[in-house]
Amino acid sequence: MSNLSRTDVEHLARLARLAVTDEELDVFAGQLDVVLGAVARVGEAAVADVPPTSHVVPLTNVFRPDVVTPSLPRDQVLAGAPAAEDDRFRVPRILQEEA
Amino acid sequence: MTTDRLVEFDEVTTRYEPVIGLETHVELGTASKMFCGCSTTFGAEPNTQTCPVCLGLPGSLPVANEAAVAATIQIGLALGSEIAPWCRFARKNYFYPDIPKGFQTSQYDEPLCVGGHLDVEVDGETYRVEIERVHLEEDTGKNLHVGGATGRIHGADHSLVDYNRAGIPLVEIVTRPVPGAGARAPEVARAYVTELREIVQALGVSDVRMEQGSLRCDVNISLNPAGAAEWGTRTETKNVNSLRSVERAVRYEMRRQAARLDDGGRIVQETRHFHEDTGSTSAGRSKEEATDYRYFPEPDLVPIAADADWIAGLKAGLPELPAARRSRLQQEWGISGNEMTWLANAGALGLVEETVAAGASPTDARKWWLGDLARRANEAGSELAELAVTPAQVAELAGLIAEGTINDKLARQVLDRVLAGEGDPAKVVEAQGLAVLGESDELVAAVEAAIAGAPDVVAKVQSGKVQALGALVGAVMKTTRGKADAATVRRMLEERVHTS
Amino acid sequence: MSTPGAMSTDLTTLDVAALQSALSTGEVSAVEVTRAHLDRIAADDARLGAYLHVDPDAALAAAAEVDRARAAGGELGPLAGIPVALKDVVVTEGVPTTSGSKILEGWRPPYDATVAGRLKAAGTVLLGKTNMDEFAMGSSTENSAYRPTRNPWDLDRIPGGSSGGSSAAVAGHLAPWAIGTDTGGSIRQPAAVTGLVGHKPTYGSVSRYGLIAFSSSLDQAGPMARTVLDAALLHEAIGGHDPRDSTSIDAPLPGLVAAARQGARGDLSGLKVGVVTELGGDGHQEGYGAGVLERVAAAVALLTELGAEVRPVSCPSFDLALAAYYLIAPSEASSNLARFDGVRFGLRVGDDGSADLDEVMALTREQGFGPEVKRRIILGTYALSSGYYEAYYGQAQKVRTLITRDFTAAYGGADGGGVDVLVSPTSPTVAWPIGARVDDPIAMYAADLCTLPASLAGVPAISVPCGLSEGLPVGLQVMAPALADDRCYRVAAALEAAQDAARGHRLLDELPTPAAA
Ligand SMILES: [Mg+2]
Ligand SMILES: [Zn+2]
Repeated sequence: MSNLSRTDVEHLARLARLAVTDEELDVFAGQLDVVLGAVARVGEAAVADVPPTSHVVPLTNVFRPDVVTPSLPRDQVLAGAPAAEDDRFRVPRILQEEA
Repeated sequence: MTTDRLVEFDEVTTRYEPVIGLETHVELGTASKMFCGCSTTFGAEPNTQTCPVCLGLPGSLPVANEAAVAATIQIGLALGSEIAPWCRFARKNYFYPDIPKGFQTSQYDEPLCVGGHLDVEVDGETYRVEIERVHLEEDTGKNLHVGGATGRIHGADHSLVDYNRAGIPLVEIVTRPVPGAGARAPEVARAYVTELREIVQALGVSDVRMEQGSLRCDVNISLNPAGAAEWGTRTETKNVNSLRSVERAVRYEMRRQAARLDDGGRIVQETRHFHEDTGSTSAGRSKEEATDYRYFPEPDLVPIAADADWIAGLKAGLPELPAARRSRLQQEWGISGNEMTWLANAGALGLVEETVAAGASPTDARKWWLGDLARRANEAGSELAELAVTPAQVAELAGLIAEGTINDKLARQVLDRVLAGEGDPAKVVEAQGLAVLGESDELVAAVEAAIAGAPDVVAKVQSGKVQALGALVGAVMKTTRGKADAATVRRMLEERVHTS
Repeated sequence: MSTPGAMSTDLTTLDVAALQSALSTGEVSAVEVTRAHLDRIAADDARLGAYLHVDPDAALAAAAEVDRARAAGGELGPLAGIPVALKDVVVTEGVPTTSGSKILEGWRPPYDATVAGRLKAAGTVLLGKTNMDEFAMGSSTENSAYRPTRNPWDLDRIPGGSSGGSSAAVAGHLAPWAIGTDTGGSIRQPAAVTGLVGHKPTYGSVSRYGLIAFSSSLDQAGPMARTVLDAALLHEAIGGHDPRDSTSIDAPLPGLVAAARQGARGDLSGLKVGVVTELGGDGHQEGYGAGVLERVAAAVALLTELGAEVRPVSCPSFDLALAAYYLIAPSEASSNLARFDGVRFGLRVGDDGSADLDEVMALTREQGFGPEVKRRIILGTYALSSGYYEAYYGQAQKVRTLITRDFTAAYGGADGGGVDVLVSPTSPTVAWPIGARVDDPIAMYAADLCTLPASLAGVPAISVPCGLSEGLPVGLQVMAPALADDRCYRVAAALEAAQDAARGHRLLDELPTPAAA
């Protein structure tokens, strides 16, 4: 199992859109390394032919019928917005192109 | 924008072999969204078709729309895909303002439909496009870029987001790489999208209107030196949003990549944008680092396990698919493959079929739609189907000719009036007195008046100059304003001139 | 013990079953009951810190509405007029909901969680929203972005977490009962360390619609109460199928109140109880308080006296539960918390016209999230990232399968031969001093050691008080197979009744004198 360096944490923070401070980076890198060391124990399990569990409920095919239900009134939709303009959510300039 | 150096298209395939691939997104025409009950109606006021689920508000949870799953399975069945006996949704994690949850609910390594193919014909040759997968996901919201000159993301001051489209079910159809199309690659790409669009339309699961974005294409292209064992690096051109653009984008990328390779350069694996106005592509802003979507199975949705009965039911409900229909009609109408392609390309197939169903002969129906009506549509700059005439009216018109009530020339006048909204052909004939004149009193009078009015011509005819009769026919036609049948007039004149 | 005859005394000391009968006979009004609790909140909450939001006017108005309806002779449900507190992770229409985070400060949701809606429809009166570890990440409620909550048994100690506001409110008599949520033990552990009954239902049996998600495949809401019967009553009020949650099981709940009443009769003969070796048994006692193990052993002995057949059961994969949990939960959380991007709701930081969207998102999340949340987001992002998924997230999901298999083996499958329930300590230790573990994530995570297996397997588990160690409450955990929540209530009620009878009063009666005096 690998260790988490300060650079790794920096990269992960960027991926997760967290503007961590330098101070935090140092603290996190240390703490996460310890945590990672502990959780890396999952690697000890003999699970070669064990299927993963993503859902504990044995359900399949849970659907809703294709029926229109009322949407929220727009004033309620925009009420919580940090910024709105022209009935839309306003965001700062986007630099990155669509993924 | 930089101007790319381009190689002449004809030259490209003398040195390189193209490989194309297409990812097509089809917005389904369900009444409600993929995971909530909000309406999907196009063109609503911004943010009026949203709720806690499609806004990604904290605590909200998705529930999958059964009709969207069924429609996806039908698309897969139409393409000959295997329907997965068990599959899941996955989260595709990335940040962008138009995805409300910080992830798109999509499918990853477990798509609903796997494999299949679509055969397309270009210049009489059939190309098989293999399908990789068909999966179901949700659409994003729409960003409106404000400030800056172009309304595009570059140079914008800020952006505004409308989530009405967020969460509309989206089917993604991905092809395997298609080698071997050579110089026809642009047309093969276009033919594939055209055929796919017709299939989806025939299934009735989407209105596939490219101009409204309910069908969108990403086009992958790479070139490899002719005869090389390995494929080249591909580019992905996004948002190619008309059939014509699909062809143009492939053509442009082939020419651009060839020039680059000729110069000893390398192709960068990148996303490019297509520009409708110039028909060119340009590189997207490259990202600092490769996106890592961190896919994992969506824990808020349970697996889909389509059982055999459900699939069989959906299969039984499939309509006749476009290719099968074309070959059936070709046989029924006794026409050549080229004629069929012509009809299909003109968008006349359904119109001709309906006209035949309304009683016209296949020959008459084709003649009208591909002849006069095609010309008029062309003049008006519209589609055949948009003309103000129904297949039933065309069939009626053909019937009036066949029974001798009108002739071709009159029929065109009648058609003008039908298109002008004056009613069905028979009604126009009646109202305007446009029927062909039989041996009526009116015609006898006109014939006799012509004879009486031109004794010199009559004398010529009687002296053996039979061709002089034409002048008399012309005179009668003129007085009857074309309503008379020329052959009838000639016979009547001959009888009278010789007996006199 | 209080009785309806003692109405002149503090209404906040009554359990819900007693309040119900007093309300239905008209001895007290809903307004009186509500006001008594609001008074208690006003008096004690400054030092307990159990609530994040209380709206006395709204609570009294809701209570008055119930009284009016009762006076008009309307049909009222059995819970009408009973006050309730909701953990702030439960979305409430028009009522501030923060999940303990600054990133949601001031947010008033436009909708109700199913749990909140059902309690509202039942006529309960919302007293307020209780404090919690930010986004339910923690075992001490010290990770609340607003303030820590204190344990009514010892104000210098933690009330458990993440539902520590709910545990402190109910143990401190600032609410007769409360809703908590449990992802890795967040109902059971705070209940254990404050002397309450707390039940984590079978995954899928209580709707998650409107619970601000921490780890979607683990989260469940459940009751926290002062008696087993009250917990069963609250569970029945919130449980059952919800079409808005795709993981909701479409089956009726077993009779929980009936099971609690049956258990209280004290006969467990024929019941097979397994004591999990890996959770505090021989060779697995490192990190467990001696007093805790002693109290748990005494409780197990009591179960034998009540007729149960007790034997040790080994669940070897439970040793890996902590590692699997601290990969799965942060992974899902890293994705669930991506929606807090400052675009549609909540906090936005740095939007000064010069910063671009990515910068604003990153600044917003930097300032809006506390350190534990950030740590887990980074860990989860790592565990899901390409190249590491299989070794971490994938492997953890396989361990999850092993843990489920251990449960299945213990319960003996369909053919019997196994045990009916498994028991263990709920928490390895009693409540620790505030601040003792804040800089040591691993020590903090160890608090969940015993509760994690049931979370990962999605099976029900209850914590019921089993005495004091060092003057602080200890809880016994009773785990049952999926959908057999009734067994948890039956065993817990039997134990509760036997202990109350033995000591002559309830454990909570030993709570140090409330400050209100
Ligand atoms: Mg896609
Ligand atoms: Zn919606």
